[in-house]
Amino acid sequence: MKHSIWLVAALTYAQDSYFIKNATIHPVTGPEIVNGSLLIENGKITGIGTKLVAPKNIKVIDAKGLHAWPGMMNCATQIGLSEVSSVRETNDTNEIGDFIPQVRAVVAINPETEHIPVARSNGLTAVLTLPATIAFGGGGGGGAAAGSQSIVRGQAAVIRLDGWTWEDLAMSQNAGMLVRFPVIQMASFSFPAGRTEIPFAEAKRRYDGEMRKIDEFFEKARRYQQAKKAATPNFLADVQLDAMLPVLEGKSPLLIPAQRERTIREAIDFAEKHKVKLVLFDVRKPGAQLARIAEKKIPVVVGQPTDLPMDDDDDYDAAYSLPATLHKAGVKFAFATYDNQFARNLPFEASYAVAYGLPMEAAWKALTIDAAEIFGIADQTGSLEKGKSADLFLSDGDPLEMRTQVRMMFIRGKNVSLENRQTQLYKKYLARP
Amino acid sequence: MKWILVLPAVLLAQESTVIQNATVYTATKSAFVGSVAFTGGKITAVGGKIIVPPGAKIVDGTGLHVSPGIIDSHSHIAVQGFGVNEGSVSVSSMVRITDVIDSEDIAIYRALAGGVTTANILHGSANAIGGNNQLIKMRWGVTAGELMMEGGTKSIKFALGENPKRQGNPTPQSGGVARYPATRMGVEDIYRQAFTETRAYQKAKADFKAGKTTMAPRTDLKLEALAEVLEGTRLVHCHAYRGDEMLMMMRVAEEFGFRLATFQHVQEGYKIAKEMAAHGVAGAGFSDWWGYKMEVADGIPFNMAVMTKKGVLAGVNSDDAGLMRRLNTEAAKAMRYGGLTEEQALALVTLNPAKQMKVDHLIGSIEAGKSADLVIWNKPPLSSYAVPQKVYIDGKLYFERDKDMSDRGRRAAAKKALEDQLKQEAPAEQKKGGVPGRRGPASEGTAQ
Repeated sequence: MKHSIWLVAALTYAQDSYFIKNATIHPVTGPEIVNGSLLIENGKITGIGTKLVAPKNIKVIDAKGLHAWPGMMNCATQIGLSEVSSVRETNDTNEIGDFIPQVRAVVAINPETEHIPVARSNGLTAVLTLPATIAFGGGGGGGAAAGSQSIVRGQAAVIRLDGWTWEDLAMSQNAGMLVRFPVIQMASFSFPAGRTEIPFAEAKRRYDGEMRKIDEFFEKARRYQQAKKAATPNFLADVQLDAMLPVLEGKSPLLIPAQRERTIREAIDFAEKHKVKLVLFDVRKPGAQLARIAEKKIPVVVGQPTDLPMDDDDDYDAAYSLPATLHKAGVKFAFATYDNQFARNLPFEASYAVAYGLPMEAAWKALTIDAAEIFGIADQTGSLEKGKSADLFLSDGDPLEMRTQVRMMFIRGKNVSLENRQTQLYKKYLARP
Repeated sequence: MKWILVLPAVLLAQESTVIQNATVYTATKSAFVGSVAFTGGKITAVGGKIIVPPGAKIVDGTGLHVSPGIIDSHSHIAVQGFGVNEGSVSVSSMVRITDVIDSEDIAIYRALAGGVTTANILHGSANAIGGNNQLIKMRWGVTAGELMMEGGTKSIKFALGENPKRQGNPTPQSGGVARYPATRMGVEDIYRQAFTETRAYQKAKADFKAGKTTMAPRTDLKLEALAEVLEGTRLVHCHAYRGDEMLMMMRVAEEFGFRLATFQHVQEGYKIAKEMAAHGVAGAGFSDWWGYKMEVADGIPFNMAVMTKKGVLAGVNSDDAGLMRRLNTEAAKAMRYGGLTEEQALALVTLNPAKQMKVDHLIGSIEAGKSADLVIWNKPPLSSYAVPQKVYIDGKLYFERDKDMSDRGRRAAAKKALEDQLKQEAPAEQKKGGVPGRRGPASEGTAQ
C-alpha cells in the first residue's frame, strides 16, 4: 500500500516538476528578481530566488532572456458554457427562471472547449465563468445566447485553463451568485430590430416590480435559513433556497453588474440591507459612489477599458482611464472581457489602462493577485510565491505589449501546450504550396 | 495686376509647419529621427535633416513619434440612425451612404483622438449588392459636405455569406417573409443575374448612342452603379468570411470582366491567398475576431501575416466605433501573430488601406506631396501604451490631447448649467433614468 503511493508520487514528480533558471521573475507580490530561479515540485512552487540549486533529476529550463509571470485571470467570461455565441445550440448560458440560484455554471463546463487553449496562448491561466451573459445595461440580451432575463442567475465558477473534467478544472465551484440588478431600462435591444424605446412609466413600473420581487426573494431565503437552523418539525428542504445559504452566510458574494452610479448605489444599499457580500461588475460610471466603494472595500471587476464611453458627452478617454481612477481611490479591482471571443485580449485591456494612467504594478496586481483575492483563491494562485500552485508563463518581453511572445506556460506545474486550432490552421495554410 | 496681388496672399495664408526631432514612421521605410514639414495641407519635406522654410511654425517632437494618420477602410460611424442597410432588396446599388452622413456623430471625434484621419463609410452587409460607400476625413466640427474626402474613389459594398442570406431564412422574431436568396448558391445567382442585366443595359445605351435604336433606355440608377463596376470606375469592397465564397466571387467577377478591390473581413483569406493574389484582390479585415458565428469559426489572428507573406495586399480595419480608436495596436497584433515587421504592421492601417481604396497617391504615408495627415504619439505608434497627442488633417490641427483635457472643466460646467436648466423646466416624470450602453461584437453593417 505504502509502496504504491510512493510510486504515484514519483510519477507525478517527473511530470510536474521543473527548475526554471536565468529568468527575470515578476512575483507581483514582491519585487522583480533578475537572473532568478523558480523551483516547481509536484505542481507547486517550492523555491524562488537567485541562490537556488536544481535538485537532481529535475527537468531544467534555461529561461535566459525570458520573463516569468503569474498567469492572468479573466474575471468575466462564459468559457466552457458557450462555444459560438450566436448559435443557440452551442450555448449553455442563461437558464430560464427569475430566481435560479441553484443553477451552477461549473457542471456544464466543457473541458474541451476551443476557448481554453486560445485564452492560454496569451498568458491566461484562469477565468471566471459566469452562468449568463452580461449585456445591455446588466440585463439579458446578447443575440441568440439570450435565453432569459433572470434576476438571480446562478453560480459562477473559477476554472484553471487545463484539466480533464470540470471537477479537475474547478478552482472554485461557487465563486459567487450572479444577479441582474433591476434598473430603469428605457430601451430594449434585439437583433435585427435594434433599439426599441420603453416609455418611462412602463420602465419604472417594471423596475418597481422587480425590486419588490428581489427583496421578497431574499427575505424568503433568510426565513428559510432560520427555519433550517431551528430544525423546525415541518421543515421542508428546498433546492432553490438552499442554494442561497452560502450567500446569506457571507461565504459567497453577490456578483452584480452595475455600470452607473444609481445602480451601484442601489446594489450597495441592497447588499447592506440583506447583509451579504458584494462584488460589483462592469463598473463604468461610478460617479459619487466611487468614494463609497473604496470606503466599504467593495471589490470591482471593471468595465472594459477598451469599450466606448457610455454617453456622448463623456470624456473620450473615460473608459481607458477608469482603472487609474479606481486605483487612485484605493479600490481593489480586476479586469475582464465579459465574453469568450476576446478573452485572450485581457492583457491589452490592462495595457490601455496603463497607457491612460494606471501604474504598471497596479495593472499586474489586477490581472493576477487581486483577481485571485476577489474570488477567494489567492491561497492557491495569483502570484509567484512558495507554496502556491505553479500557474505561470514565460514571455520574451512585456506581455502587455502586442509584439511580445508567450513562450511557455505551466498550470499546476504541468507544461501546457500553447497550440490551438488556430495555430494548427496557421501552420497548415502557411505550408500550402 | 490682379495675379501679382493674389500670389503673395496665397503664400502668406499657407504657413509652414515643421515637426522637428521626432521619431518618424513613414510607413514606407524604417523609423528614423528627423523632421516632417508641411505647407498648405501637403507634406513638403521629410527626412533626417530638412531645410526649414522661413517663418515656419516649429513643433518640438523631441521624445515623440510621428506616423501617418490611421486609415480605417471599414467603418459605419457618422451614419444617421440605423440607416446603414437598405435591407429591403438584395440589390441596392442605387442607394448612397453619401446621402446619410451625420457630421455630429461623437464617434468621429473619438476616432480622431485615436489617430484616425480617414475612413471609408460602408453600406451594411444585409444585401448581396449593397449601396455606395463614402470616404470621409475626421474633420471634427465641419458640416457633412466638408467631411467628404476630396479625390476619393467611388466604391460599392457587396456581401457574401450569412448576412445576405439571413432574410431568406426568417425567424419568428424577425417576422418577415423570406427574401431571396436563402443560400450561398442563391447569392452567386444574384450577382450573375444583376451583371447580366447590367450588360443588357449597357448594350441598350450603346446601341442608342450609335444610332441603332431610336429611343434612349430609361436611366436606371441601380444599373448605372453596376455599369461603373463593369467599367472599372467603381471599386468593389466585398464583405466575406469563408474561402469558398470568396473564390466564387472572384470567378463571377472574372466571368464579367472586372476585378474586385478588396474582400472585407476576409477571415479565411489565409486559405485562398494564392487565388486572391492571382486575381489581384486585397484583404482588409479584423486582427483577431472569431468565435461569435459559424462563418468566423476558422478566423485566425495569423491571417494578416499569411496574406502578406503570400503576396496579398493586407490591411486591418475596425467595422466598429470602439475598435476604430485602437487600430494602431490592432495592426501591432500582426507582429505577435505571424511575425510581421514593424514597417509591415504599421502599413496595415496606413499605406495598405490607402492602396486598397486607390487613394495612396493622396494619403497613407509620410511622403512629400501627400496630405499632411499626421499623428504625434507619446510612444512608438505600435506600442500598447501609445496615446495620440496631436492629430493633423490636411495640415490642420484637429485634435490635441492637452487641449481636450484642459477644456474638461469648462465642458462639465456647461453641462451642469444645461442640466440645472432642464430640471427647472421639465416635469419630474420626464427625467430620464440611465440609458444602457451597448455591448458585444459591434455592428458589421447588420449589427452582426
